[in-house]
Amino acid sequence: MAKTVFIKDTAITGKDRTRDFYGLFLGVLREKGLDTTIQLVRLADMGIYSAGIAVRVLPDNHLYTQVGESDIAGIVESIKTGQPYQPRLTKQASTQMRIVLRNCGVIDPEKIEDYIAHDGYHALARCLTELTPEQVIQEMKTSGLRGRGGAGFPTGMKWEFTRKSAGDQRYIICNGDEGDPGAYMDRSVLEGDPHSVIEGMAIGGYAIGASKGFFYIRAEYPLAIERIEKAIKQCHDNGLLGSNILGSQFSFDVEIRLGAGAFVCGEETALLASIEGKRGYPSPRPPFPSVKGLWGKPTCINNVETLANIPVILFKGGEWFSKIGTETSKGTKVFAVTGKVKRSGLVEVPMGTTIEDIVYGISGGAMSGKSVKAIQTGGPSGGVIPKDYFQTRVDYESLQKMGSIMGSGGMIVMDEDDCMIDIAKFYLGFCVDESCGKCAPCRIGGTQMLRLLEKISEGRGVPKDLEQLAMISRAMQKASLCGLGQTAPNPVLSTLNYYRAEYDAHVNDKKCPACKCSKLLSFLIRQDKCVKCGMCFKACPVGAISGNREKGYVIDQEKCIRCGQCFEVCKPAAVLRQ
Amino acid sequence: MEKAALEQEVRQIADSWKGKDGNLIMVLHQIQNRYGYVPRNVSLVLSEILNVPLARIYEVITFYHFFRLTPPGKHTVSVCMGTACYLKGGPELLGELEHLLCVKPGESTKDGQFYLEVVRCLGCCGLAPVVKIGDKVYGGVKKKDISGIIAHYSKEAEAKAAA
Ligand SMILES: Cc1cc2nc3c(=O)[nH]c(=O)nc-3n(C[C@H](O)[C@H](O)[C@H](O)COP(=O)(O)O)c2cc1C
Ligand code: FES
Repeated sequence: MAKTVFIKDTAITGKDRTRDFYGLFLGVLREKGLDTTIQLVRLADMGIYSAGIAVRVLPDNHLYTQVGESDIAGIVESIKTGQPYQPRLTKQASTQMRIVLRNCGVIDPEKIEDYIAHDGYHALARCLTELTPEQVIQEMKTSGLRGRGGAGFPTGMKWEFTRKSAGDQRYIICNGDEGDPGAYMDRSVLEGDPHSVIEGMAIGGYAIGASKGFFYIRAEYPLAIERIEKAIKQCHDNGLLGSNILGSQFSFDVEIRLGAGAFVCGEETALLASIEGKRGYPSPRPPFPSVKGLWGKPTCINNVETLANIPVILFKGGEWFSKIGTETSKGTKVFAVTGKVKRSGLVEVPMGTTIEDIVYGISGGAMSGKSVKAIQTGGPSGGVIPKDYFQTRVDYESLQKMGSIMGSGGMIVMDEDDCMIDIAKFYLGFCVDESCGKCAPCRIGGTQMLRLLEKISEGRGVPKDLEQLAMISRAMQKASLCGLGQTAPNPVLSTLNYYRAEYDAHVNDKKCPACKCSKLLSFLIRQDKCVKCGMCFKACPVGAISGNREKGYVIDQEKCIRCGQCFEVCKPAAVLRQ
Repeated sequence: MEKAALEQEVRQIADSWKGKDGNLIMVLHQIQNRYGYVPRNVSLVLSEILNVPLARIYEVITFYHFFRLTPPGKHTVSVCMGTACYLKGGPELLGELEHLLCVKPGESTKDGQFYLEVVRCLGCCGLAPVVKIGDKVYGGVKKKDISGIIAHYSKEAEAKAAA
């Protein structure tokens, strides 16, 4: 009965109690004379986080969490019998739940038969044979699904508005522009499960009374385009697109239009202009696209992830879907967790999961040796959420309350080496680059803010600059024409709000606490630590280091360009960066 | 190419889109696929075929980052500056490439071998930082890897491979 027991304190804050607990456990085993047959192992990582002391018994594969001293005897007893110790038994339910990504990596995306075998096009068939368009819309309203493209508008309502708008022709558009740099959920769905998006669109077309749909996909995703093209052709061959689909009265077809590298074209009115073959300038709303959209006709624009949810909802029912998630945010959300995180990748969780569960539980926390500082959600329109607030649950309202937004699902993890002013500058720089230039608040305000941030990061900032930043932000939020300008100040405002001290350090002390803003850094060689190896001397690209292997080395501050090469090559860490 | 031959070629490209609303961007995509950029004489021909003013065509070309008015180098080197890549060292990679190739983003090397550009997220953020050369994506690139990667595509390496 050789068994192995793994132990790990999974709490992320406070002292690591693994070792102490190990001692206690071993004591009990010795007492019972089991210390020779049961091997006790302390683990550095168990893939479980924030669950107190965790104990796993192998080969039984029983997992216990939140284990206290008083549980040890019970667990040891259960190891003997092989029956689990109920009070602390935990099912390692993966916190992930796959609805949108249900088929990704499971089916062959180039085979329609595979999709059909996984309940594909059953929902469309059900709609066409059993439900009226009004009933489909009702089902969507029951489900509580909200748009996954950013704004979170209820999809059922959007469909209803479009259906009720008068017009001889209506359109449905799939927004596959995925502009948020650092996010790739939509790409994965388009590439991994193209038919589910087409089915979602066809159902939407039926519900709103559209006979024509467009895919708007960014040109940077050639494989996604290829897969959708193939899928459309397969649908034609199988009577799932075209006239009288599945023998019904409903005729519907889709076409692909490509983006051409303009972020603003993700915004719905700019997207319409782009499909019409024009510059992607946004236009004021109202009129909303649901009233006056593509070529002036009522148009419904839905995001890729939104559409991929739809076949499941109509297959399993809106009621079923509405049971997942929180009161106001139903279903799941896919996040692209990237940046300074151990396991970056796509994560699909029910709405209401805590950030902590996502960042630590699923994605494994920071890369080795570092600690997480904050996350950023919502891309250039969103904000940062510091580690102290990781108990926040992801749903539309909670994230908004934190000064960020759900956005399309980018979740960037930042660690202690990342400077918040630098992050704000990065996002704002992005928006300035991508501003279409049509309205003044966004065009001018953005540039002014960027200049201020540059000034601050170069150590030329004055306290008044921070007020100025806040003031321009308010003007942009109120007066910009489209969502790009209205939300562009968010990364600045949220970092100002949570990391005011960091801004102050740049402005008042001319220091960058994260040692990122190169103009504020200085490098010094600590003579007490220097081993006179000369590595820094060799590494310096501008010859700012002088000396020799007898006397040691010094850095000429005048010549130094603060590239950090000496800091990187110094083995005994004798180069001080501050 | 003479005008007649060019006209025929452009006509072929444009024909499949003729008569469709909002076709201009799609036609430009195909033209750039064919020529690597949108040459001025092609735009002139296109303006006639599609019956849209040249100014309209240029209006669109200059708005979208994707379209180019000058021929790119033989190999397009795209450095990702999406958020994930930015945080994980994209800027250093760009600096190294600028240094090695002696060009700024948006320029081609003197020998026409490389065209350097900055892109926003290639959709493989899990591999950050990412550099793409032609269609090949390099993930988890470190500064010291750059020269090796580039050498692979140099004139000399190509001559060797051909021999
Ligand atoms: C500047 C800007 C960029 C946007 N980019 C995208 C995008 O890349 N993908 C997307 O689906 N929605 C994007 N949106 C949101 C769309 O305008 C629109 O709300 C969404 O596509 C509607 O679909 P949904 O109801 O399914 O969310 C963007 C909005 C703004 C203001
Ligand atoms: S940020 Fe570089 S691939 Fe996404």
